[in-house]
Amino acid sequence: MQSNAEVKPNVLRVSDATMQFGGVVALNNLNLEVNKGEIIGLIGPNGAGKTTAFNVITGVYAPTNGAIYLNDNLIISNHPQGKMKELYAGENKGKYSDVKVLTPDRITKKGVARTFQNIRLFKELTVYENVLIAQHVKLKANLLQATLKLNYKEEKAMHQETLRLLEILGLLDVKDDISTSLPYGKQRHLEIARALATEPQLLLLDEPAAGMNPQESDELMHFVGRIRNDFNLSILMIEHHMQVVMGICDRIYVLDYGSLIAEGTPTEIQNNPKVIEAYLGVDE
Amino acid sequence: MPMEFTNKKLKKSTKIILTALLVIACIVLTYMLDKGIIGTSYSVRIVRIAVIYSLIGVSMNLVNGFTGVFSLGQAGFMAIGAYSVGIFTIPLASRPNVYYLVPISDKIAEVIMPFGVALLMGGLIAALFAALIGAPVLKLKSDYLAIATLGFSEIIRAVIANDQLWPVTNGSLGLKSIPGFDSLFVPVLISAAGIGFMVLLIKSSYGRAFKAIREDETAAEAMGINLFKHKEMSFVISAFFAGIGGGLLACHLTAIDSNQFKIAVTYELLLIIVLGGLGSVTGTVISAFLISFGKEYLRWFDASHSIGAWQIPIFRPGLRMVIFSLLLMAVVLFWRRGLMGRNEFSWDGIYNFLRKWPWRWHKLTSGGYKAEAKAKKAARSAGKATDRAASRTKRAEKKAARTADTEEKKGVDNDAE
Repeated sequence: MQSNAEVKPNVLRVSDATMQFGGVVALNNLNLEVNKGEIIGLIGPNGAGKTTAFNVITGVYAPTNGAIYLNDNLIISNHPQGKMKELYAGENKGKYSDVKVLTPDRITKKGVARTFQNIRLFKELTVYENVLIAQHVKLKANLLQATLKLNYKEEKAMHQETLRLLEILGLLDVKDDISTSLPYGKQRHLEIARALATEPQLLLLDEPAAGMNPQESDELMHFVGRIRNDFNLSILMIEHHMQVVMGICDRIYVLDYGSLIAEGTPTEIQNNPKVIEAYLGVDE
Repeated sequence: MPMEFTNKKLKKSTKIILTALLVIACIVLTYMLDKGIIGTSYSVRIVRIAVIYSLIGVSMNLVNGFTGVFSLGQAGFMAIGAYSVGIFTIPLASRPNVYYLVPISDKIAEVIMPFGVALLMGGLIAALFAALIGAPVLKLKSDYLAIATLGFSEIIRAVIANDQLWPVTNGSLGLKSIPGFDSLFVPVLISAAGIGFMVLLIKSSYGRAFKAIREDETAAEAMGINLFKHKEMSFVISAFFAGIGGGLLACHLTAIDSNQFKIAVTYELLLIIVLGGLGSVTGTVISAFLISFGKEYLRWFDASHSIGAWQIPIFRPGLRMVIFSLLLMAVVLFWRRGLMGRNEFSWDGIYNFLRKWPWRWHKLTSGGYKAEAKAKKAARSAGKATDRAASRTKRAEKKAARTADTEEKKGVDNDAE
């Protein structure tokens, strides 16, 4: 796998990311790489820091220490400052000197889209509007041009793209429904559609199969594989359904108590004693 | 007639004709009011104020209803617009009479602007202030933002009445002799243009981004929408039109002073947008007219009334406003979405609304509602029955499993023995 990684350019590289809330180290020295076209799984028991990792990558939290690169361009970098200088309990304290923290919207603009663990749709808007709004990030017209409809061509293209995405995701028949009136599985699909509308290179899925039955999660698995190919994406996903993770991920990272405890192919992970220990506890 | 009501759509050509007719009707009505063919000068005044309040109401709705930012600074921006129009349009001849206590500053003594220019300048200054205020204020959330904007609006008012600004604003004496409107068309057309601009804005991609922020800030940000930038845009545009509205108001009143732009004005606007529906332009316009006319025609409550020789004590000046307060409370408690909710005016909507009445009547007379209620009740009791049955089977299963378990255990025990 390592040799493979050298051939493909990496899309995302997280190096030594540490996130500390006061004295609590939620994420400790995380090193992670997503190569072009890969589907990467991020697993771990509850509270292992998986969602924190997502929040750090998407700019919701500024990491206490570490750096994150997108296509080898630095997007986030930080080192312990102020009060954290004394409190800092992580590693690589003096390694990073730059401070660069982009807000979530800037990171989305650079091509990272995400979904949320607890679905966050634009609740009272229709399915169609949800996807249409997500394309605002690509808008070139300024406020006056958009208001006076001088960008009608761009606007028309946005509407067409919305219809195309809804068709691909099988949401065309419910496009005028209020988004929260959809069944749970469809809402998850809509979240993915909305993320795709921002034209990402990297898609972060936070527990896409949560609350789904085995059949639905099986469908989702195929679906994720399909959008990876159709949209030329790299995908990083948090998931608890082992069946899904083992089925589609090229590589898996395992977190426990904020630290990376294992990394490798699904078979390697399944047989890794550390992972078994983290999930099932130690046999006394 | 069918039991299910289906919405139908009108043809596009019909809609265009209807819209054209409506526009012509509005123009004719304005013309007739203006020329005194219908109504009195009193009703023209009310229409004028209703039109101005529609514009300011929609501008406030843009921030509060569409962007979901609870701002209460509208009165301050109105004051800026009003003073801009006031200071620069008072005829040179009447200036010594207006500034009789402290003479007008030399720098502006000879400056006079046409109404349009002064109005636009008022809007722009209000927008500039909003941009400056927005930078710190829009980082706050909900109640804190409301308090901060309220504070700024009061600061603007206090600055206008400040001693040092007497040569410009005439301080607490206020301004008078502001030239009035030549015709009713002036406020009507300016308001219509302003509201039209905001409607187009709301329908554009930026407007959709505003709505996204209202629905869920975290998700909006994750979709690449810069929260601060878009809130600031909405805030500045809202302030611009509030300034324009304030300027129109100055022209309508012909005499202004800083006390006219107290918090009460903002609350009145809040009543308008909440009653009309937060997030509905149509609702705001309708309720601006309702409130403006209501305020005048409910004056009956302010007069004193008596039964025989006994004067009813509650009928005294001010009761009218109590009624408005009660109305606001009732709306907030029982009818939270207001008149229109988040819906907008559409010919299809009206068409279906009208079509539904005969359908409702038919359903009522043919016993449709009763049958429906009966069916619902039956379904509910059936549902309960199935629930009960389901829980019964579940319990039975559990019991079976438990006995199986114990038997197994017994079996194991037996084996052990």
